[in-house]
Amino acid sequence: MKIFINGKAYDAFPGEMVLQVALRNEIFIPHLCYHPRTGPAAKCRACVVEVENLPGLQTSCNLPARDGMQVTTNSEAVLQAQRVVIDLALSSGKHDCLACEQNGNCELQNAAYFLGIERPSYEFALEEKVPDASSEFVYVDRAKCISCGRCVSGCNNNVVNEVINFGNRGFHTKIIFDNDKLLGESSCVQCGECVQLCPVGAIIDKRAIGQGRSWEMEKVETVCAYCGVGCRLELHINRKENRIIRITGVEDSPTNEGMLCVKGRYGFDFIASPERLTTPLIRENGKFREASWDEAISLIASRFRSIIEEHGSNAIAGLSSAKVTNEENFLFQKFMRREVGTNNVDHCARLCHSSTVAGLAASLGSGAMTNDIAGIKNADVIMIIGSDTSAAHPVIAARIKQAVREGRTKLIVIDPKKIVMANYADIYAAHLPGSDVALLNCLMHVILKNGWEDSKYIEERLEGYEELRKEVLQDKYKPENVEKISGVPATTLHRIAEMFAKAETASIFYAMGITQHTTGRDNVWSVANLQMICGNLGKIGGGVNPLRGQSNVQGACDMGCLPNVYPGYQSVQDEKIREKFEKAWGRKLSSETGLTVIEMVDGAYEGKVKALYVMGENPFLSDPDQHHVISALEKIDFLVVQDMFLTETAEFADVVLPATSFVEKEGNFTNTERRVQKLNIALTPPGAAKADWEIIQMLANSMAAGWQYRTVSDICDEINQLTPQYAGITWERIGRNGLQWPCPTETHPGTPYLHKDRFARGLGLLRGIPFIEAAELPDEEYPLILTTGRVLQHFHTGTMTRKTPGLNNLAGPMVMMSVEDAEAMGIGNSEPVKIATRRGEIEAPAFVTRRIKKGVIYIPFHYKESPANRLTNPVVDPVAKIPEYKVCAAKIRKIS
Amino acid sequence: MNFYRLQVLIGIDPSSLQAGAREIENTFQLEIARHKLQDEVNLLETGSLGYFGTGVAIMIYPGQITYVNLKKEDVPEIVTEHFLKGKPVKRLMLGQAFTSGYNFNYRRRIVLENSGLINPENIREYLGRGGYESWEKALLEMKPVQIVDIVKNSGLRGRGGAGFPTGLKWSFTQPLTVPQKYFVINADEGEPGTFKDRLIMEGDPHKLLEGLMISSYAVGATKAYIYIRGEYRLCINRLQKAIDQARELGLLGSNIFGTGFDLDIEIKIGAGAYVCGEETALIESMEGNRGQPRSKPPFPGVKGAWQKPTVVNNVETIANIPSIISHGADWFRSYGTESCPGTKVFTILGDVYMPGLCEVDMGTSLRTLIEEYGGGIRDDKKFKGALLGGAAGVFLSEKLLDVKMDFNSLKEYGAVLGSGAILVMNEDADMVDMLYAVIRFFRHESCGKCIPCSKGTQKLYRIISRIRYGEGSEEDLVSMIRLAQAMNISSFCALGQSLLMPIRSVIDNFRDEFLQKMDKKYKFSREAS
Ligand SMILES: Cc1cc2nc3c(=O)[nH]c(=O)nc-3n(C[C@H](O)[C@H](O)[C@H](O)COP(=O)(O)O)c2cc1C
Ligand code: SF4
Ligand code: SF4
Ligand code: SF4
Ligand code: SF4
Ligand code: FES
Repeated sequence: MKIFINGKAYDAFPGEMVLQVALRNEIFIPHLCYHPRTGPAAKCRACVVEVENLPGLQTSCNLPARDGMQVTTNSEAVLQAQRVVIDLALSSGKHDCLACEQNGNCELQNAAYFLGIERPSYEFALEEKVPDASSEFVYVDRAKCISCGRCVSGCNNNVVNEVINFGNRGFHTKIIFDNDKLLGESSCVQCGECVQLCPVGAIIDKRAIGQGRSWEMEKVETVCAYCGVGCRLELHINRKENRIIRITGVEDSPTNEGMLCVKGRYGFDFIASPERLTTPLIRENGKFREASWDEAISLIASRFRSIIEEHGSNAIAGLSSAKVTNEENFLFQKFMRREVGTNNVDHCARLCHSSTVAGLAASLGSGAMTNDIAGIKNADVIMIIGSDTSAAHPVIAARIKQAVREGRTKLIVIDPKKIVMANYADIYAAHLPGSDVALLNCLMHVILKNGWEDSKYIEERLEGYEELRKEVLQDKYKPENVEKISGVPATTLHRIAEMFAKAETASIFYAMGITQHTTGRDNVWSVANLQMICGNLGKIGGGVNPLRGQSNVQGACDMGCLPNVYPGYQSVQDEKIREKFEKAWGRKLSSETGLTVIEMVDGAYEGKVKALYVMGENPFLSDPDQHHVISALEKIDFLVVQDMFLTETAEFADVVLPATSFVEKEGNFTNTERRVQKLNIALTPPGAAKADWEIIQMLANSMAAGWQYRTVSDICDEINQLTPQYAGITWERIGRNGLQWPCPTETHPGTPYLHKDRFARGLGLLRGIPFIEAAELPDEEYPLILTTGRVLQHFHTGTMTRKTPGLNNLAGPMVMMSVEDAEAMGIGNSEPVKIATRRGEIEAPAFVTRRIKKGVIYIPFHYKESPANRLTNPVVDPVAKIPEYKVCAAKIRKIS
Repeated sequence: MNFYRLQVLIGIDPSSLQAGAREIENTFQLEIARHKLQDEVNLLETGSLGYFGTGVAIMIYPGQITYVNLKKEDVPEIVTEHFLKGKPVKRLMLGQAFTSGYNFNYRRRIVLENSGLINPENIREYLGRGGYESWEKALLEMKPVQIVDIVKNSGLRGRGGAGFPTGLKWSFTQPLTVPQKYFVINADEGEPGTFKDRLIMEGDPHKLLEGLMISSYAVGATKAYIYIRGEYRLCINRLQKAIDQARELGLLGSNIFGTGFDLDIEIKIGAGAYVCGEETALIESMEGNRGQPRSKPPFPGVKGAWQKPTVVNNVETIANIPSIISHGADWFRSYGTESCPGTKVFTILGDVYMPGLCEVDMGTSLRTLIEEYGGGIRDDKKFKGALLGGAAGVFLSEKLLDVKMDFNSLKEYGAVLGSGAILVMNEDADMVDMLYAVIRFFRHESCGKCIPCSKGTQKLYRIISRIRYGEGSEEDLVSMIRLAQAMNISSFCALGQSLLMPIRSVIDNFRDEFLQKMDKKYKFSREAS
């Protein structure tokens, strides 16, 4: 279809508005309330145009293009009307551009310039409005607000945090937070969506004030280094000072559609932190001294060589990282396997999703999240179990909330804590940590009893159905009986089963609440069982969706930083595959499965592991049973830590190597939906810090590897050759929006959702899974169930987020406990208490709330001053070897 | 049924209650009892009798004699003189000098035919006057599309202000086959100086309900709402009573008259803002959102409340429907003019002897309305001008006194009928002040959604304030009109668009007055605004 703008013909797509066609063709029409992500609001009236055969003027932002339409944007009548609107907006606020942060980037200013308005022609009407500076990151100056409503729409419809609204009427209309609270006292989570959408300088990044104007900043796109959502970021950089001024979300990214969370947008202080390592360090007489790269590398090489000679290759172990790129992970495992000669390589995925990989690989044939983020909106029912989505994966939470808000999707939330997502849920159930299998079996029990399963799907695509039936139809999984185990009322269980099974398409999202158990693999398999019998796999909007915790944990797994598989989940014990790698790498490789993280620590403790090479991890805080970890680190002969900071773990190292941050290097991250996205170099690294891939190559070459990777793309080429899922994801092809694996050829478009028509393993495998209780249950001495997790504002061990003061101000250590328990113990809110388990004791202030069940307490694990993992139980899942972070027995006592 | 010699109607509405209506009602009862007149005189409560600023009022049949501004002390005199001896008390009668020429023509009254004659809280009185026969006829004998056709043929046009043909509006919604449609009565009545809808609802709530039932059936709505402003407490109570009574008699509910048609009516209390009378803002407000207008298209008839097809009509519009169904389209067309058939309820306020309400043929001249129904200009002053159609209306000068009051005739002069409000001004009126009041009203009522109106009204307010204090210049007049023109072109809804009319008409017709103020550097004593 064609429309004519000022006499010239332009193509228009069905459903496109006239303004969109114009802007796409670089015809400027002033517009203030329209934004591609908030849609036409027709509020500001700046975008008026003339249209043949229509009376008066029309707002172009909400005027659908029609074939043959004749539009005039430049007649005097049009410009005059636009001028009045812009003039009124300018003269109704404190628009003194010279002192405004938005100068040069302001849409009101642009419109005024375009229309030739030098100064407003109406008398200024200045009501003194005091800016609201109460929030850590977001600064509000209502004197500049033009009431365009974009922030209101963004906060309510995009991120669905439902904080902003309009208050008052007419000329006195203003944006308000909650019921007219200060922003810092409102329920705002400081995602910054409103900042990004505001066309003027009314809502801005507080910390960017006075840090430079838009034209002084260079923009570089990259990928967020925190959680596994993999939001695309636009860094605004002061090149001269080599630092980031602010961060915005990339508007057209299919992953985050411009949205970010408080960490991604504001938690970047660690990059310019004075605590960054700038030079290699060598321990001498118990103290670190600075060293040159040559010295440090040759020391490591010689120690590694002598340990290999004396104790064999398996005396060395390597911990790779979910925070470095695919290429670096690839090189790391190649180094361990080829240069050291061992499969002792693992990384923190062991601690978060190894049970997912184990459970899903066995049942479905692929261990990854089956579906994509964009498909979320196609689900009729979404079940969240064991995932504090809005805290740990905020942008995926936003997409789920959007679907719910649209009205099409129903939400079921199952979690021991009444997490924020429960506010949006149709059904919320608080179950006891560790009762997941019983609960999921119960749902299947009800579904099968009522014949709500998808029998055609079961017949055609699954095996093991009879075995599953036998298990779940037992009386012990009747809702009345599972009510006793899980604490969820039988009627609720029934309602959940019905709502879930009757949906045309239902998806399940889960995270560590499912995986971090001794029964982690069982839990995951049970989720898969449920989805299989309901026929929810292999279609858009459905799926089993484990949310990956770290920016590149998916990539680190894909790249074979696991003790049993090469890149692409190719088994080290499979002879043919081993031969392939031996041929490609020109070396004999070990066929022996290596050690997992926990086994490495145990090995070090027992003296079997002599050297440990840690890249970008902090087992000191992240691994369970901290006392045990400390003794292991103390015992180890030779510890190399490669990191941006002198982490708690690095304090024990013999050699510390300074690595670059994610904005100082190139490479790819693979996000939770299997999307491979590119990082770009934005800043130069501090001092002598080097990219991890460069360090690994230096080390390898000093052990006579003879590697010749000139750039990251050389490594990427090798990945393409050796990893079938990545074969078509070449350096040249990835582009801005990335590609989703599996992508077997260079012409393959990538795969948004897995298991279409056929499971990766052929038939989906159902298995009857008996319910087993958690390893450590509450008893008289330790009467409470302790569970651990994340908060929105912090990440992992806090190495990065805790360098941003604002984030620290927003969320500190705490132990969440129920009102009932607190009252029984006489503990008041914010009162410091001692929490103890069989492994240790920590202190933290109590956070007394109705959001947690009686008998359950919760501690976030980010804080070294209150390290939750001093308390957790290191028992592991027998297959996946994941520790039981989510359940152990604990007690609380008052300090006084 | 008792046969009474006299029917005494006492108007009970918020303003008369304030003036002590209850006490006077009680006194009447005592006095009637004292004279043992209970079997001869029937004292009845009704809604407002249609006069304003007249305190407590009663009307006596036969004779339709009206007493106003009653005090407790007056009651014994009325009872003994009038009730007992049959001699009306002249000094208390309404507009006594004019009653001779004061001529209600009953046959002309359609929407107000029962108001003031029946007890609005008793459905049997309404039934007794043929009430709900049209509803029965419509539901049992007519197809929805037939009803739409009759209404189309009747030429009925919306009485909420815009004058859009009602049958045509219905014909967009009637054919849609969706599981849920809504019918909404717009009883927000926010136009200053208008209270016609209130009188209909207070005096004859069943008339509205019956119309609403027929209309809902005609467009296929199974749920209807009456969106009414919260200040109309009495209307709300009476409507609720009426709905309950109708439901009890099976006129509402499920499977009405065994036809399988279900209908329920619910009252929604409005948020009180002027703009909430605009149909899309009304819908937003009904949904629990901020009362701000929505973009059209989609029109409510296609996508309205909760995204379902929704017809919105004014109270007076729908109060016409029962009579149209019972008497037919041609009967209706025998009233009013060719292009605007039927009657119109006008509210006449300002400097007249008998401010109040009247229902007259469409097309009656302004002069007739003022002189006959308003009783002429008070205190023998001269007529200066009138503001027609409420705040968003037009200022007319005496040149147009003979204009016919209907949608089309007024349009020729760039004026509007609006809600039927007529504000009459005598020679003493200060037109600058009048415009100031209008602009201040708009500034206050602008909802804040769009820039031209929310910011523009503020700028206009500053300019008119300046002129009013004698600090304006001729240029200000130009810039006011220019700004109002821009608002007219680009405002989101009719509120911001319509401010041009009063501004332009008052400056066109009374320009000299504005100039005078500038000339003399006329200073007002500053008045808090
Ligand atoms: C600012 C504004 C206020 C309005 N207020 C009212 C009102 O109070 N009552 C009413 O019936 N219509 C009002 N309207 C008109 C309605 O939008 C709508 O046209 C009317 O309810 C349709 O009913 P009708 O066709 O029966 O007149 C208003 C319109 C505008 C623009
Ligand atoms: S920062 Fe995010 S949550 Fe806070 S008001 Fe803005 S959009 Fe809403
Ligand atoms: S704060 Fe900004 S985005 Fe929000 S309404 Fe005001 S101008 Fe628009
Ligand atoms: S932490 Fe996760 S949700 Fe937040 S911005 Fe980064 S990738 Fe997005
Ligand atoms: S014209 Fe006025 S009332 Fe109408 S939407 Fe705009 S601001 Fe609101
Ligand atoms: S951009 Fe069209 S009205 Fe604001």
